[in-house]
Amino acid sequence: MQIMAHIKTGDGIVLLLGTLFTAWLSATLWQGGVADKAIIRQGGKIFSAVPLSRNQIISVPGPLGISQITIHNLQARIASDPSLRQYCVRQGWLKQAGEIAVCLPNQVSVELSGSNKRYDSLNY
Amino acid sequence: MTVLTTNNQDRGSRIEDRAGSVAPHLVRPSILDPRSSILLHPSAEDHHIARMAALALGLSVLEAAIPSPLPGVKPGLANIVTLIVLARYGWRTAAWVSLLRIVAGGLLLGSFLTPGFFLSLSGALCSLLVLGISQHLPQRWFGPVSHSILAAFAHIAGQLLLVYLWLIPHVGLLYLVPVFAVAALIFGTVNGLIAAHFLDENKIYHRDTETQREAIT
Repeated sequence: MQIMAHIKTGDGIVLLLGTLFTAWLSATLWQGGVADKAIIRQGGKIFSAVPLSRNQIISVPGPLGISQITIHNLQARIASDPSLRQYCVRQGWLKQAGEIAVCLPNQVSVELSGSNKRYDSLNY
Repeated sequence: MTVLTTNNQDRGSRIEDRAGSVAPHLVRPSILDPRSSILLHPSAEDHHIARMAALALGLSVLEAAIPSPLPGVKPGLANIVTLIVLARYGWRTAAWVSLLRIVAGGLLLGSFLTPGFFLSLSGALCSLLVLGISQHLPQRWFGPVSHSILAAFAHIAGQLLLVYLWLIPHVGLLYLVPVFAVAALIFGTVNGLIAAHFLDENKIYHRDTETQREAIT
């Protein structure tokens, strides 16, 4: 009650605008962007780039065996992989642009990318 | 060694005593001689600014002891003093208090001329700029809370700009912006409320003393 006495009408407006501004900032700066494409690499070279709109299972041969990549409902994941520790499989579904799952032993990676790539060469 | 030193000191003080007792006018004037030393005549306003800056300095030293989850996220308690000074004595005095506090705080905390010092300086300059504009908002609707929130946003904007231009010229910095913005919003509001509270209390105090004075006379 006493706190409210110190907030005048304009203060309330400023507070509201500040909250909206902060929300807008987090929405624009923290969103990875909508992904529309999965780039699959094998041995450092692009194996294939497939749209996320079509559900499919892609088999990628590597030095250890075959990695299976599932694309379903605008998401992608590595469903099975012959790697020992299964890190890339456990990573689960990739949803946003910029997310990447890498199976180093089998030299396979899946990266989601949007229409505008957010990263520049400085990042790598 | 210590004995000798103290002996010498004793002797020195004794000599001084003697000199003082024998001819005080021979010792004293040389210190206050305007030709050999620079004498500053601080006005009452200077004293007032210094007192307020000292108060703000105390708050920033206190704040330095509070652990922060992310470098740069601090409550900025010293700004409460700046806000009160702005409301009661105007922008010029507030700018003096704010800048003096930053320089003295840098010296006291050992960060003078380090990146941290320049970060607070750029933040303060941006805040002061925004405060200079926002103080012209109609007082009927906008109080210290508005000033505080606007200044807090200006503060992080100034800091992040300097970080980007000077320290980390990388887009990845954008990921931290929302965190700083949330901190600015929260701490800006809280500091503004505290400043408003003190200003109100002052008003009540002044009113009370005035009524007392009226009652006496």
